[in-house]
Amino acid sequence: MLELMQQIVNGLSLGAIYALIALGYTMVYGIIKLINFAHGDVMMVGAYVGFFSVSMLGTNIVVAMIFAMLACALLGVIIEKVAYKPLRRATRIAALITAIGVSLFLEYTTIFFLTPQQRIFPQGTFPVQDYSLAGISVSNKDIFIFISAILLMVILQFIVKNTKTGKAMRAVSEDKDAAVLMGINVDNTISVTFAIGSALAAAAGVMIGVYYNTINPLMGILPGLKAFVAAVLGGIGIIPGAMVGGFILGILETLVSGYGNSLYRDAVAFGILILILLIKPTGIFGKNTGEKV
Amino acid sequence: MRVSRKVVWLVLLLFAFGMVAGCGGKAGGGKEAAAEEILIGINAELSGAVASYGSNARDGALLAIEQINEQGGILGKKLKAIERDNKSSADEAMSVSADLVTKGIVAQIGPLTSGNVQGCTPVMMDNKIPLIAPAATAVSVTVNEKGETLDYIFRVCFIDPFQGTLMAQFAYDNLGARKAAILKDASNDYSKGLADYFKKTFIEKGGQIVAEEGFIKGDRDFRATLTKIRSLNPDFIYVPGYYEEVAPLIKQARELGINVAIGGGDGWDSPDMVEVAGKANLNNTYFTNHYSVEDPNPKVQEFVKAYRAKYNKDPDAFAALAYDAVQLLVQAIKDANSTNPEDIKNALANIKDFEGVTGKMTIDEQHNPVKAGVIIEFKDGKQVMNTRIEPK
Repeated sequence: MLELMQQIVNGLSLGAIYALIALGYTMVYGIIKLINFAHGDVMMVGAYVGFFSVSMLGTNIVVAMIFAMLACALLGVIIEKVAYKPLRRATRIAALITAIGVSLFLEYTTIFFLTPQQRIFPQGTFPVQDYSLAGISVSNKDIFIFISAILLMVILQFIVKNTKTGKAMRAVSEDKDAAVLMGINVDNTISVTFAIGSALAAAAGVMIGVYYNTINPLMGILPGLKAFVAAVLGGIGIIPGAMVGGFILGILETLVSGYGNSLYRDAVAFGILILILLIKPTGIFGKNTGEKV
Repeated sequence: MRVSRKVVWLVLLLFAFGMVAGCGGKAGGGKEAAAEEILIGINAELSGAVASYGSNARDGALLAIEQINEQGGILGKKLKAIERDNKSSADEAMSVSADLVTKGIVAQIGPLTSGNVQGCTPVMMDNKIPLIAPAATAVSVTVNEKGETLDYIFRVCFIDPFQGTLMAQFAYDNLGARKAAILKDASNDYSKGLADYFKKTFIEKGGQIVAEEGFIKGDRDFRATLTKIRSLNPDFIYVPGYYEEVAPLIKQARELGINVAIGGGDGWDSPDMVEVAGKANLNNTYFTNHYSVEDPNPKVQEFVKAYRAKYNKDPDAFAALAYDAVQLLVQAIKDANSTNPEDIKNALANIKDFEGVTGKMTIDEQHNPVKAGVIIEFKDGKQVMNTRIEPK
């Protein structure tokens, strides 16, 4: 029983990481229907910006996170303008392939300039406290990452549902042409979407960097794919869905490693993706919306 | 036109003379060298990705040659090294070997990495000249794909998986462990080999393996598996991976309250270990390695002193292994009482109980040395030699 509780705690903190990345994924998809495969790599860039701000400028972790979010918001807007905007009228598969290209571009540009070696966050960037509650080990970084994920989800949900920008986003998401007719600046709205999504990725990147202590240029690939699974599981495009999908995936993976075979963990994660796409492609929170004519 | 035709003839004539003269000179030089000097080829990574391996090994080999010459050489002849840079590439290593064999070397020391040694293998086999690899640890270096031993290829380092055997002996005999858990990098042959040898030896000694789990390269979260291992109460955990994964793994193990001894192989040997895992978390962790400068063995200390005096730096494992490679070759020349590469090869294959800096070694039928290793322990973030383990 104790072991099960510990595994669930492990799963929740792993899930919080997936949820953090999945939030940005799902938001960009929700607004412009693009699976931004470069999302995990924007997260990696964010982790590096955070790392350099801590190690070279000596800032604390909060300032580092703000720097990373600003830098990645800008990066996100640039990526959108350069790579995706010219393809807005092209097929969705063209945009998808471009996203993979952007992803590889970010990975290997980072390797070229910063070497493939891992980098280590300086000791004490985040003073870790371990707690033992009735035999279950939890650390303050687990709690921090868990609360951050929930907080960011609430803020994101608020922006999308209750602000003018959010209303514009939803309008663009529903019908781009109609939105233009209603006087919404579609280009700006999409830029804002990318800025927010990339800033979220950066926040996740810095947190993951601090959480595992090390970062490297390919750190975004696997968590990025897992976050994609989480987003699909919860219902892609639905913000609370990303959150729930992340936690479910985290707990499932932990249980597979803990009670089955640790090597089947990734197979289970991607097996879920296949199952969801076969059985309920809209995900747990998805509603089947019939095409209106 | 006339003039230029004359010039062409002249050039051709000169060229022909040059060829004859060149050949004559070369042959003469070879004979002369054979008369008074024994030529040893050093094919090392002096530039490129692993330049530090090669340059340290070269320094170690040259020290050995210098010492032997000071003692009067062998068979009344002095040793002479011909060193060449293989630029850390297998292709280059092959052309270096092809060049060295034409110079009349009796044997080649190097290259350092397994891949580069394999680049030279065909040249050495075709020319029937022995190669002694100081640090090529891959199993496939001394055997062909059919599993037959390559006659002219030898090494002085133990093969990778042998470290598993040494760690099992250490865990069982020195730490008193009886229930071990294994956590290996399932995406890596090095790690799987170490784990297999560890398991085999530990069970043979009477120990029990309570869990055998895996992770893959790039994993950063091991808590689920560690929680499972924690519930099985092992008294030793074997993690034969590389430091990128092992460091966060040890950190998470300690965070989960797993305080038992953790062991691994030379993939742990990196300054990043302490930075990522933290000093306190690394206490009570051990890994196997080829050699340690701290080894109190007088033979090691003598070598360390001589190396420091000559180069003003500490010898690393590559320097020590290359030093041993030269000494082993000298032993073989003495045993064979000949500098004929064929005789040297036969003597190398029969070496028993050769006392090297990196331990006493006996060459087995696959040309791998059966030899001792050292156990390095982390103490407050410092690597400290714990003991030397002799194979049983």
